[in-house]
Amino acid sequence: MTLTSDPTTTLPSITRTVDARGSYCPGPLMELIRAIREGAVGDVIAVWSTDKGSKIDIPKWVEKAGHRLLALEAREGYDEIVVEMAR
Amino acid sequence: MKRILILGGGVGGTIVANLLARKVGRRPDVEITVVDQTGQHVYQPGFMYITFGHERAAQLVRPERSLLDDRVKVVIGEVARVHEGQRTVELSDGRMLGYEYLVLATGSRIVPEEIPYFAEEAHHFYTAEAAERLRAALDAFDGGKIVIGIAGLPYKCPPAPLEVSFLIESELRQRGLREKSEVHFCSPIGRAFTIETVSDMATPILEEKGIELHTFFNVEAIDPERKVVQSLEGEELPYDLLILVPPHRGAQFLVDSGLAKPPGGWLPTDRATLQVGGRPNVYALGDATDLPLSKAGSTAHFEAPVVAERIAAAVQGREPKAKEATYTGRVMCFFEIGDGKGTLLRFDYDHPPKPPKPNRLWHLGKIVFNKTYWHTVPRGRV
Repeated sequence: MTLTSDPTTTLPSITRTVDARGSYCPGPLMELIRAIREGAVGDVIAVWSTDKGSKIDIPKWVEKAGHRLLALEAREGYDEIVVEMAR
Repeated sequence: MKRILILGGGVGGTIVANLLARKVGRRPDVEITVVDQTGQHVYQPGFMYITFGHERAAQLVRPERSLLDDRVKVVIGEVARVHEGQRTVELSDGRMLGYEYLVLATGSRIVPEEIPYFAEEAHHFYTAEAAERLRAALDAFDGGKIVIGIAGLPYKCPPAPLEVSFLIESELRQRGLREKSEVHFCSPIGRAFTIETVSDMATPILEEKGIELHTFFNVEAIDPERKVVQSLEGEELPYDLLILVPPHRGAQFLVDSGLAKPPGGWLPTDRATLQVGGRPNVYALGDATDLPLSKAGSTAHFEAPVVAERIAAAVQGREPKAKEATYTGRVMCFFEIGDGKGTLLRFDYDHPPKPPKPNRLWHLGKIVFNKTYWHTVPRGRV
């Protein structure tokens, strides 16, 4: 699954990468929440997760919390979920 | 002299000390010391029963000395810093203690002060005094909105806020206040509980009891004027009685000593060997670790034999027995449902819990466990 399949689309540059690989649910979501708490509107945060639940939980949380999901990419052995702080 | 220094006289530190005393304590060249801030061993799972089960604070404390094998020394003092280079531990009164093996069983601490107005507005049950205050607040409650939430992960005893919700709902019914009251349970994640099988068990019980579940509610702030609790996600809930799990942190000296990273202060711990950050002579267990497991006495209980076997083997110059020296993530805890019923969560790294249908037996099991704890667990008998 990907939200950035159009090669002409470029993502805003990533402000912070949260490497939550090896951490289990809800670890990656909680790491993202920590980064959001420390961040500012407009920051772009990439979360790396090996937990299969993250690609479901994190987009749901992002929608509820009113931020923007910019990308969800399957990388080698992990998922990269990119979120923009919208408020 | 082979000095084994155990920091923390809680469940983990006490069991490790007693198991080591049995394994290597007779050797004249081995010294086992427990360092504890107060010298008092507190049975923390009992706090919730101060609020809900007629438990008294005085019954939950015993001198650490009385629980330890005679071959174990006790030092009462606050740890200021670990000096890894010198293999010494400095106490805040200036005393220095040397070690060859170090066990970090320093638990977790609550930091309610990180949420403004927590002390004035919110109740919790993570100290005996707070549990007594919550009991008094419930006694004075005569209907309204009760909100139960979690102000930060990880925290001690993950089922506790759900158990408290169930027990409060049950009490309100028994006191004839249920019709006049709402009970709201706020979960920081997308379901009722972190472990999916437990969430699947608890969600229908919440529905049956009419407890409203709010998911993705990460407590951010309290507005004392308007009596609302606000979430990071932008929601707010009004309350008449607010019960929040306070944020938790590891011991500050672990961060100050460079052993753990801020802000959490949890020790980077190997999931199988329980060694800290690859150090061959430093171990962690219980709440102090960063392992993705329940912060609960049970976790420390099942980790303790692994630490004891590894240190005993090193002292004796032999290989540790593989099975005894490998932690499999084993945890076991009782789960109160209310109305005199409970269930049991048993799991490890590879096997999620399959909680049995709640019944009276598991509730009584917990009550018996609370009473027999002092004679069984700290001494490493079970």
